Amino acid sequence: MTSVQLEVLLQTIISGIFLGGLYALLAIGMTLIMGVMKIINLAHGELMMVGMYIAYALFSYFQVDPYLSVFIAAPVLFGLGVILQKFLINPVMKVESILPENQVILTVGIGMVLANLATIFFASDYRSTPVSYATKAWYLSDFWKSSPIELSISFPWSVSFLIALLITAILWFFLTKTDLGKSIRATAQDNDAALLMGINVNRMRVITFGLGSSLVGAAGCLFIPIYYLYPDIGGQFTLIAFVITILGGLGSTVGAIVGGLILGIFESLTATYVGMGWAPVGRFIIFIAALIFIPGGIVSLFRKLRFGR
Amino acid sequence: MKKLAPALIIAALAMLPLIGLNTYLLHILIITIMWSIIGMAWNLLGGFCGQVSFGHAAFFGVGAYTSGILYHKLGLSAWWGMPVSIVVVALFALVIGFICLRLRGPFFALGTLAVGVILRITAENLTGITEGNLGIMIRERTWVDKTWYFYIILTLAVLVFILIKKIIGSKLGYYFVAIREDQDAAESLGIDTTFYKTIALCLSAVITGLAGAFYTSYMGYIDPKVVFALHDISIVVIMVVMVGGVATYWGPIIGSAIMVLLAELIRSIPKLGAAHLTLFGLLLIVIIIFLPNGIIGDIPKLKRLLGFRKSL
Repeated sequence: MTSVQLEVLLQTIISGIFLGGLYALLAIGMTLIMGVMKIINLAHGELMMVGMYIAYALFSYFQVDPYLSVFIAAPVLFGLGVILQKFLINPVMKVESILPENQVILTVGIGMVLANLATIFFASDYRSTPVSYATKAWYLSDFWKSSPIELSISFPWSVSFLIALLITAILWFFLTKTDLGKSIRATAQDNDAALLMGINVNRMRVITFGLGSSLVGAAGCLFIPIYYLYPDIGGQFTLIAFVITILGGLGSTVGAIVGGLILGIFESLTATYVGMGWAPVGRFIIFIAALIFIPGGIVSLFRKLRFGR
Repeated sequence: MKKLAPALIIAALAMLPLIGLNTYLLHILIITIMWSIIGMAWNLLGGFCGQVSFGHAAFFGVGAYTSGILYHKLGLSAWWGMPVSIVVVALFALVIGFICLRLRGPFFALGTLAVGVILRITAENLTGITEGNLGIMIRERTWVDKTWYFYIILTLAVLVFILIKKIIGSKLGYYFVAIREDQDAAESLGIDTTFYKTIALCLSAVITGLAGAFYTSYMGYIDPKVVFALHDISIVVIMVVMVGGVATYWGPIIGSAIMVLLAELIRSIPKLGAAHLTLFGLLLIVIIIFLPNGIIGDIPKLKRLLGFRKSL
């Protein structure tokens, strides 16, 4: 392997890890909702799109930095999630019907409405937030003068990645150390037992949906300095989040993080070595391979190796 | 009277072109019938067998591209696509079934959704075979007039309707319903659930593929974004069935009439045109909350609701 090839490979893996960190944040929200409510939220990507438009609007009208708008987008999305869960999803869970998948179809409807409303309000043009640091990067040669290979790390990518890590750490603290977090995890493990232990399960559901939405809203704010924004961007991110949850193991937060990293790296490798257009196919090959070979997700492998819980 | 109703409706429909409908109305009719075929196919798998698919665009697209590629690469008439697509789509459905039918409920739904997206991306990127985003154009239209297209799709719809009615009335249909109601119970009663689910998937896929092959011949142009569309095909077919009535014979037909007319109506109002997906989404939400089994499926509930209002 020549040094140029090595450079390309390392560069690809680095950008894969950064992408994977952001994907993980996206998937944690979905896996939380899936664990507690046992439904798949197909409006997940559209909620992220809402978060991105909030960041975009704040940037273009009030010149708020996208990274700061996390503090606004996350609470707004929390509220939106609570409203959706309380007034739309909860009533449907009680309705008698032939098909139990009604809730999933309902979230598709919600996603359609959100995406279309975004088209009406913001038009279907491609948008971006032209931040001053968009093209800034760190170079390896700046730190190590005689390095044989040259690597660069984009500034917005690395900041987004670090914030994603920070949010994940805070979430981990919340879920393992606080009463509310423990109640959410108890509800996810066993609904009835949690109810018997005096946990308000309905309230936990509402809070979880809000929490999942605010996580994905935050992810949206982290994505916007990097990606172009358009109203239909949500669909692909719903699929990404879902692929990661299947890969990682349903309802598992650790699985979502590992799965996100694997998917990010794999996708980045396909984009470099097969072709840009094929990157999404790589993602689905992982999905199908996970279904066939590790149906329980990465978490089940961990359990087999007695690694972690 | 009730036994004669289907025959009367078919006869009335068959007479329609004779009274001289204009091309636009005939087009709406053809599209409505095409959607009711796809709806019936989805209903066989989703409504009767309980396997909700979010990826029927995959089968539609494979059928459409079979026709398109036969014409474009081999120089055959696109109509050959209809018989050929039966084989192609059935084989394809077997592969999909092998992968996706090990999943249950919502996970099957998402597995099929992923399949639909994979195919769209593949068709966009395999430019050597599918011409990618340029799409395939059928340059010689068989008929300028739409009358014959109408009769072909009407015949197909009648055949599909009879086929589904026969299947659901037979032992196979009872197996499907048993799988929908409780897969484990069905398995313990000795029903090979994977085998029968695969049959349901293949039948449903083949019917959808036929509609796709017809679409190529009729519209004369296909591209990946149209025939593998997630929202415009996979989701719309679910809406057709949900609105009309899940697990009913007439549901998909009523549903497709409502959906196609609604879509045309919304598009014809200038300001509302951009919001048609919002209105579709709202309709879907309202239907799921208030009439979860669709208009036909919830007729008793509808009657009760209306009767209740009258008594007030």
